[in-house]
Amino acid sequence: MIPRPRPERFRLRRTMMFMNAQKPGLIKDAYIYGCDSIMLDLEDAVAENQKDAARFSLYHALKTIDYGDTEVIVRINGLDTPHWQEDIRVCVAGGADGIRIAKCESANDVHTVEKAVEEAEKEFGVEVGRTLLMAALESPKGILNAYEICSASERMFGVAISGGDFRKCMQTSFQRDGVDMMVARGQMLIAARAAGIQCFDTVFTNLDDNEGFEAEVRQNKAMGFDGKSLINPKQIRLVHEIFAPTEKEVIQAEKIVRAYREQSAAGVGVFTVDGKMIDIAFIPGAERTLKLAKACGMYEGEFA
Amino acid sequence: MRNAVGRDIPDSLLVNGREVYQGKNYMDGKYIQKASPRTKRYETPRESKIVDSIAQALKDCGAKSGMTFSFHHHLRNGDYVVNMVMQTAIEDLGLEDLTIAASSLGEAHDPIAEYIEQGKVVGIQTSGIRGRMGEVVSNGKLKTPAIIRSHGGRPRAIEAGEVHIDIAFIAAPTSDCVGNCRGIGGKSNCGSMGYAMTDAKYADHVVVITDCLVDFPNMPASVEAIDVDAVVVVDSIGNPKKIASAAARISQNPRDLMMAENVAKVIASTPYFKEGFSFQTGVGGPSLAANLFLEKYMDERGIKMGWAIGGICGPMVELLKKGKVGKVIDVQDFDLDAVNSINQTPNHFEMSASQYANPANKGAFVNKLDFVVLAALEIDTGFNVNVLTGSDGVLRGAPGGHPDTAAGSKVCIIVTPLTRGRMATVCEHVVTVTTPGDCVDVLVTDYGIAVNPLRPDLIECLDKVGIPHVSIESLKEKAYSLVGRPDDLEWEDKVVAILEARDGTILDVIRKIKPYQA
Amino acid sequence: MEIKKAAMAGTLESSDAQVTVEPGGEGIELSLQSSVMNQYGRQIKETVLETLERLDVKSGRVTVVDKGALDCTLKARVECAVFRSCDESQANIPWGGAIR
Repeated sequence: MIPRPRPERFRLRRTMMFMNAQKPGLIKDAYIYGCDSIMLDLEDAVAENQKDAARFSLYHALKTIDYGDTEVIVRINGLDTPHWQEDIRVCVAGGADGIRIAKCESANDVHTVEKAVEEAEKEFGVEVGRTLLMAALESPKGILNAYEICSASERMFGVAISGGDFRKCMQTSFQRDGVDMMVARGQMLIAARAAGIQCFDTVFTNLDDNEGFEAEVRQNKAMGFDGKSLINPKQIRLVHEIFAPTEKEVIQAEKIVRAYREQSAAGVGVFTVDGKMIDIAFIPGAERTLKLAKACGMYEGEFA
Repeated sequence: MRNAVGRDIPDSLLVNGREVYQGKNYMDGKYIQKASPRTKRYETPRESKIVDSIAQALKDCGAKSGMTFSFHHHLRNGDYVVNMVMQTAIEDLGLEDLTIAASSLGEAHDPIAEYIEQGKVVGIQTSGIRGRMGEVVSNGKLKTPAIIRSHGGRPRAIEAGEVHIDIAFIAAPTSDCVGNCRGIGGKSNCGSMGYAMTDAKYADHVVVITDCLVDFPNMPASVEAIDVDAVVVVDSIGNPKKIASAAARISQNPRDLMMAENVAKVIASTPYFKEGFSFQTGVGGPSLAANLFLEKYMDERGIKMGWAIGGICGPMVELLKKGKVGKVIDVQDFDLDAVNSINQTPNHFEMSASQYANPANKGAFVNKLDFVVLAALEIDTGFNVNVLTGSDGVLRGAPGGHPDTAAGSKVCIIVTPLTRGRMATVCEHVVTVTTPGDCVDVLVTDYGIAVNPLRPDLIECLDKVGIPHVSIESLKEKAYSLVGRPDDLEWEDKVVAILEARDGTILDVIRKIKPYQA
Repeated sequence: MEIKKAAMAGTLESSDAQVTVEPGGEGIELSLQSSVMNQYGRQIKETVLETLERLDVKSGRVTVVDKGALDCTLKARVECAVFRSCDESQANIPWGGAIR
């Protein structure tokens, strides 16, 4: 039995890689590729008549495999299926770090899942509140209700858009410039930031289109996403590269944090770094940059 | 008697001057008496050496029971010739007590298993043994222990007369009427014929079997007419689809790519990675993919590879055509890109197995290798590698050039996933030692890199550029923590195969396996 | 639990195991094939029998065709086959109880 530490609500989540929970060869060591989170899938990847088998596999994988620092999240079946309650029981009993709510459309959906999670936590003697939640928005209604979803629970750490279903609803298809989902991505990001949670982009499915993938990841970073869902380990590296801060940003961030610690100890609230006015509002951003830099192996200093 | 890799070799095998393995380069400086064949003179000019059938050729060469027939394995899994010859010898001519001395044997030769069970084939000398034949030999059905040699060890043994070839059968993609053979220009092309060359020089009789007769003279010849007694034309010598794959594709498997990238990183961290370096890689997923990443580092540093050897396939030919490698010297071809390039692309040359890897000649190509990247079925905490027996104890592989390139090269890198299914690749003791640990320098797995403590210089190289590495013991523990510690295999006393080190000493023996009964 | 009807779980893919359970017989009748029999046959047998014991299965024919599955997969396949044979595999599984 591998005891997993209490999940952190806010941690680095640049890459979340989907894995079919029913495939023993895949789930046994998905963490070796260095993604931040793995997403064991009970939903689309698992055939309708293997949902039961997938849960048994998932339970033993969660209990047996040492995933180390990699976060383990499970995508459960939709609330309109007969599977989701048992999915939640197995996730909680197995000690998954978090649950991804598929096809989430309202705060009510989050509450429904949260209630079942809490019951399961009590049933299996798991600390109440341990299991985190995130929501996948896959429909126009989900996007329109993004803020109420994002702020529906203290367990919510993030929200993600699911491109395949969403594009179908919108009667569009993948566009290279991202115009098909521009508004939805924007709205979801605004909602997530307003609620103070993280925000993740959808998967990029054409594994042979390296240029298209890179363009999309760059756009994700520019828009302010925290990370991206992935379908193949070979996508991990590029996302980590693009989401890494530049050396200049790291140096600047360190200066800001250092100056802030010194100045605030001396009781000063506003000061300048390299001629630029800095106050407390800059600190969380600078600290985030240093933390990210540390995760990327770029920073070993004292402030991250 | 225990040998230098800790294997117990039965004293009963240590006869006729045979010794146990004593360590790397033990035979250095010793003299050998080369064997010479007893060959027939053909003074009267002959217009043609073509005979009607394999049976006729066998009769003409005085084939009889108890003889040793040799074959090369350039037709790989597409080969028809071994089966054709053995069927004719055993079923049509009624010969018995035959020994097959092949450069390798594979699943194409499953029918020979039957002759082993019937006791008609009593000896096997080969590098590779797989499929049904591997099973029947592992089950103790062969009358005498099989002798397994590396690609360099085989020409050494032939030259030293330890294998005396009565008749060498040369499967030839093209031949002229007097037996000048080439590996190209026909319908079952294999490219290089490097493994056939020593056989042709040292066999008492040589029979060429071809499915494409071409005009005399078929030049430049890989096997020369001056060594050939007879030529037989058959409908087909092999299945071209299984001789050479269309093109060896570089793996897209993310695990392979991750390991391949680390291999290239390790190579690029050493002082041997400089203008004109030399390189060999296997054709397995991660080994071949290493080419791709190595090219990136070569471009970055602005250096070129001086030469590459080995079994060759498309990606290396491509580097040659791009001018990123100076010369390719080729003992065997694995895909059509390589087959179509040898002796055609400038600076793509053919060589014999002896030139490639023989430890007893005056300096084979492997001795000048900077880097070799190789796979493994198992590797133990002493860095000993097994590429011959499965972890279930059954013969299913081939030392090939593994021990030769490992011993000759400056840096030998083994690349393998930590586990395959439930098999721990990194383990406490390999089932069979095919490549001694003192020839193996770096292990790259999907769970981390380990450097042989015998190479502190390489450890320093890795540390200098910040490539993380761990002890091989910790990798073994990780493997066992994933798959569970395997039970020890149970063996009977009977030795079913002798594994010769490349220098001719005994490196290991394979005994008959006692299967677990559930 | 009692094996009530024939049921199967798992596949013949590498790293998986296919487990079939059928009612009948006195005690457990186990038939095992494995691609790693010589090294892991004993451990596979132990794992399968322990899992059946935890599920309180007293009798039945159990066939395991193992393709190099890890213990955690073997357990999952045996459990799923047994629960399927009772039509109880879909809900209210005793996670952490009989399943552990």
